[in-house]
Amino acid sequence: MKTTQKIFYLLVLVVFATSCETVKEYQKNRLNDAEMALAARKVEKNEQNFQSYKEGAAGANGGKTGGGCGCN
Amino acid sequence: MKKISLTLIGLYLLFLQGYSQIKQQYENIFQAKPLKIEEINLVTSYYTQNGTHSAVTGGGTSILGVGTHAITLPGSEQLNDFSNMLELKLVGYGETGNKHTILAGLGIDHHTAASQKWISPSGASKPEGTRVYPSVNWTVENTDKGTEFGLGSYYSHEYNYTSFALDGHFGFKNKTGGEFGVKASAYLDKVSLIYPSDDSTIFKTGTNNITTPLDDFIIKTNASRTTAYYGGSSSQSEKQSIPTTARNTYTASFNYAQVINKSVQMAVLFDIVKQDGFLSLPFHRVIFNNHLERIEKLPSSRTKLPIGLRLNYFMGDDVIIRSYYRYYTDDWGLTAHTASIEVPYKINPFLSVSPFYRYYTQTATKYFAPLYQHKVDAIGNPVDTYFTSNYASSAFSSNYLGLGLRSAPPGGFPNTYLASFEIRYGHYVQTTDLNSNVISLHFTLK
Repeated sequence: MKTTQKIFYLLVLVVFATSCETVKEYQKNRLNDAEMALAARKVEKNEQNFQSYKEGAAGANGGKTGGGCGCN
Repeated sequence: MKKISLTLIGLYLLFLQGYSQIKQQYENIFQAKPLKIEEINLVTSYYTQNGTHSAVTGGGTSILGVGTHAITLPGSEQLNDFSNMLELKLVGYGETGNKHTILAGLGIDHHTAASQKWISPSGASKPEGTRVYPSVNWTVENTDKGTEFGLGSYYSHEYNYTSFALDGHFGFKNKTGGEFGVKASAYLDKVSLIYPSDDSTIFKTGTNNITTPLDDFIIKTNASRTTAYYGGSSSQSEKQSIPTTARNTYTASFNYAQVINKSVQMAVLFDIVKQDGFLSLPFHRVIFNNHLERIEKLPSSRTKLPIGLRLNYFMGDDVIIRSYYRYYTDDWGLTAHTASIEVPYKINPFLSVSPFYRYYTQTATKYFAPLYQHKVDAIGNPVDTYFTSNYASSAFSSNYLGLGLRSAPPGGFPNTYLASFEIRYGHYVQTTDLNSNVISLHFTLK
């Protein structure tokens, strides 16, 4: 990985890590919106399946890592 | 004095009454509640694809045999898949106030695939199949402490592949809006050794019932064979005769989610995946530069390291930006980058429209070469120890874009159990000529 890339990723992490603010439960109406979920939604399940079968990479919340063949 | 005493007794009784009410309320809060159905999810999906590089025919349109016995195997990747998944979510509370959630799911997929027909060189294989996959997952959550623990199991069966999985997960929340989760899972799969031949002498069963292919996976290039292979038969006695071999996948997943502010949250996701066993597929052909035909041969171990980042931003009152990036590397030489963005726009509080785009690129594994590109030595043996012509292992990039529509009125749709409805269409194009379309529907009932 190039040094500039490493510095960029580090900066991104530092910016987010240092700028978190405490959010009360009653302030979470936006964060709790169904479309703000930090995961693939159920309607994406079959898309992720075919992508993990037809592509070499899978996992890290982007498709399952085992089970099923997808042989064809 | 008498007045004071009576006042004190009155205050005491008042306090006692008040306390008993609090205690009663407290007991009500932590009263055990049996499991009951909280929601039902139904996801149905139709997927169709076309391509010209089927791994079953060696990564393209190939010719088996010579002279009058020669037959042509078209490299079509044409496939249709209709999948349905039903999931029940049950929620209950234990005597200690812990929340118990059970997710019970059942999925059924049915597909037709042009390439499956060519598992037997005669073209008589059954060109369709059904996969059934039940699952159950239990989670107990201590809402006071912000911890949760869960166990899950999963089973999948299709004619040539059976999978059984177990997983356990643990998570906790901190007071600064962070949430850490770890999950360990093991998939214990069985691959049926269906070789692209009607010649059963291609494999043998040893003294310990361990099945190994004969002649280092050589497929006999006898193009005159015409008998349908038993993989395409529904006869029970014939099905039982198909030997299987193990493929195991062990995954440790770590994720950390953090609330940044009232409108932004992000998650870092990291998996360590270790696979061992038979990682090839027995009916994926490789055809060498001298037209020697064998099945693909891949190492018996693979380690995968994907790391992902999700960042979601609720911008203004109507727009959400969902973004995702993943870097992937493994010890077969494949590295990949995935980036996606989805922008749900809320037309009104009940209805949103979501355009999305995903870009993916990968390098080839060390073992991939296209049809007729794998080399043999002077005496006709493969130069490489491992070889495949499966284009999922090739270098390519892909674009995927589409549109979703979601409706979720507060309190659900009037006079129905339907709480939300979502439809999503996507078009996928890979630089290997593969293209596909998928349309999915998701109904939530409460």
